[in-house]
Amino acid sequence: MAEPVLSLRGLDIRFNSDGHRSRVVNGIGFDLMAGQTLGLVGESGCGKSVTSLAIMRLLASPPAEIAAGEVIFEKRDLLKLSERDMRELRGGRIGMIFQEPMTSLNPVYTCGAQIIESLQRHSGLTGRPARERAIELLELVRLPSPEKRVDDYPHQLSGGQRQRVMIALALANDPAVLIADEPTTALDVTIQSQILDLLRDLQERTGTAVLMITHDLGVVAETCQAVVIMYAGTVVERGRVESIFGDPQHPYTIGLMAAVPRMDTRRGRLAAIPGSVPPPWAQVPGCRFAARCPLADDRCRSEPPGLREIAPGHEIACWKAPIEGMSEMETHS
Amino acid sequence: MTALLKTEGLTKHFPVRRGVLRRQVGTVQAVTDVSFELGSNETLAIVGESGCGKSTLGRALLRLHEPSGGKVWLQDMDVTALDKRGLREARRHMQIIFQDPFGSLNPRMTVRETLAEPLLLHGLATPATVRAETDRLIDLCGLSRWHAERYPHEFSGGQRQRVGIARALATRPKLIICDEPVSALDVSVQAQIVNLLQDLQSELGIAYVFISHDLAVVRHIAGKVAVMYLGRVVEEAATEDLFDAPRHPYTRILIDSAPRPDPTAIRHRLPVKGGTPSALAMPPGCAFHPRCPLAIDRCRSVRPELRQVGQSRVACHLAEKVVGMEAGRAEAENPALTRRLAVLERARAGSA
Repeated sequence: MAEPVLSLRGLDIRFNSDGHRSRVVNGIGFDLMAGQTLGLVGESGCGKSVTSLAIMRLLASPPAEIAAGEVIFEKRDLLKLSERDMRELRGGRIGMIFQEPMTSLNPVYTCGAQIIESLQRHSGLTGRPARERAIELLELVRLPSPEKRVDDYPHQLSGGQRQRVMIALALANDPAVLIADEPTTALDVTIQSQILDLLRDLQERTGTAVLMITHDLGVVAETCQAVVIMYAGTVVERGRVESIFGDPQHPYTIGLMAAVPRMDTRRGRLAAIPGSVPPPWAQVPGCRFAARCPLADDRCRSEPPGLREIAPGHEIACWKAPIEGMSEMETHS
Repeated sequence: MTALLKTEGLTKHFPVRRGVLRRQVGTVQAVTDVSFELGSNETLAIVGESGCGKSTLGRALLRLHEPSGGKVWLQDMDVTALDKRGLREARRHMQIIFQDPFGSLNPRMTVRETLAEPLLLHGLATPATVRAETDRLIDLCGLSRWHAERYPHEFSGGQRQRVGIARALATRPKLIICDEPVSALDVSVQAQIVNLLQDLQSELGIAYVFISHDLAVVRHIAGKVAVMYLGRVVEEAATEDLFDAPRHPYTRILIDSAPRPDPTAIRHRLPVKGGTPSALAMPPGCAFHPRCPLAIDRCRSVRPELRQVGQSRVACHLAEKVVGMEAGRAEAENPALTRRLAVLERARAGSA
């Protein structure tokens, strides 16, 4: 049985601003296993990016406040570490890549210098060996002519090439965990498929566990072994990728999957989910999806459902599940 | 029957100037020699990746970018020959909506004021009738009266796009250019807007030029598709033909590259090299040849013209070869999803 490398337990994140006290993330938890890619999926405002920033302790506080929970990585709670210890981890044992590499690379340093800085800081590598390792890393991410590119500035590269440099930088010190926040969202689809192939391949070779944060169910299907579906700051469903896609149970997951336009069939109308996500400051006593859920009853509106196992390794937070086998009568009540 | 919209050799090149004398040092060939026809009640999708010229083409149709060559006809009217006054009148019939409607809405105007302005400007309503007319637009786009007296910043992305659509509809256009109208929206909301556009078309008979990089959305909304690469149309076909039998290697790669929401899908991808080159330095021959996995010597020197192959128009020397190649396996139906969606929809219908 694989060990979790990263575990979140009951994480509560609040934002205090403009007199609103918003509960952005409500008691979420999951385990990222060694060698696994876990997809953290949801639409804008579901709290997925805030969660990743909280793991790295990159949330500005105030306005953010981590009210409860723990983030266990290599037997330590990251939320209790000193800033000094966190700096050691970031870019070292935990790597991170973002949606727009241009804003995370420093424009006034060459790509090579930025990788070398990280190697120096975390692995104590300097001089010629550091440069050689940087070239090796650029080769690993299949940047063409790496021995020349190592001296290029970020603006001299295309978007796809910059994302390759970001990946090289994130992997420089053999991290145990790579957090990828929408890594291909800003890229064209032909470049996206190249980067996804690369990430898959690198993971097989290095065994790094990946936390893939995305809104795109296609990216999840192509890269992840496990999935956590988030809605308005809560985990609504989680399980292995085959069971989530083959056996979706939560009304939100079902709605989300049905809303994705597919290339292989021309269906009539797309199945939209009516309404919109409640704002984070809304006081929702029950299930946060209840207002958009056609099955919601009084209990759904008053009592928040907890996660429970519905099949081995497949958990869901819904009072109504499993919805199949519900008779006409029940659904109309 | 004359087409509603027709272009002949539409071209837009931007000069690149450098130095104190602003001497022209090059040309960005954003759009070159694009010809198509579109009937009323039809949707033509223009697809391609960033920098292919699809947005420039959309703007050139309205003369928001002055075309450098070619013609645009709106029914019998030569749009490219109109003077300022005539152009303003023509634009009443051809409207545009954008990816980010927030940028195109005046933040200091309520929704009702935003909708009333074009109505009064074009004499489509009088101060006495304007209220009823704006109410009609608000209902048409699935907004409520509550929205009418509010400002754009108070809305979510999906609601703002509804306002953008309502504003475009105000002048009762025959044609709307939709420039990536759902790209910034979450999928559940994206589906609402795609459905709205389809409903409006069947109700009002509007034609759409639907500019998008997302082929899956295009498959749902368009009757015809034109694929652009570096400023030129490389393939044009009816939607079903294009997706069932893509004939240009680039079309084929675009279709295969999009990640499928199905972990059991088996993929066959043509390997595509590198990224799109700059439109400042066009490769000789076929613009796609540096990235094309099938390219032969001829592709490097002779630019292929658009030609009829089967039901499609394709600009590729090897079009006949691409069709027979093995494609990625089509996704299996997802019976559990279909059954459960049916339960949800039944419940929704029951409570409505």
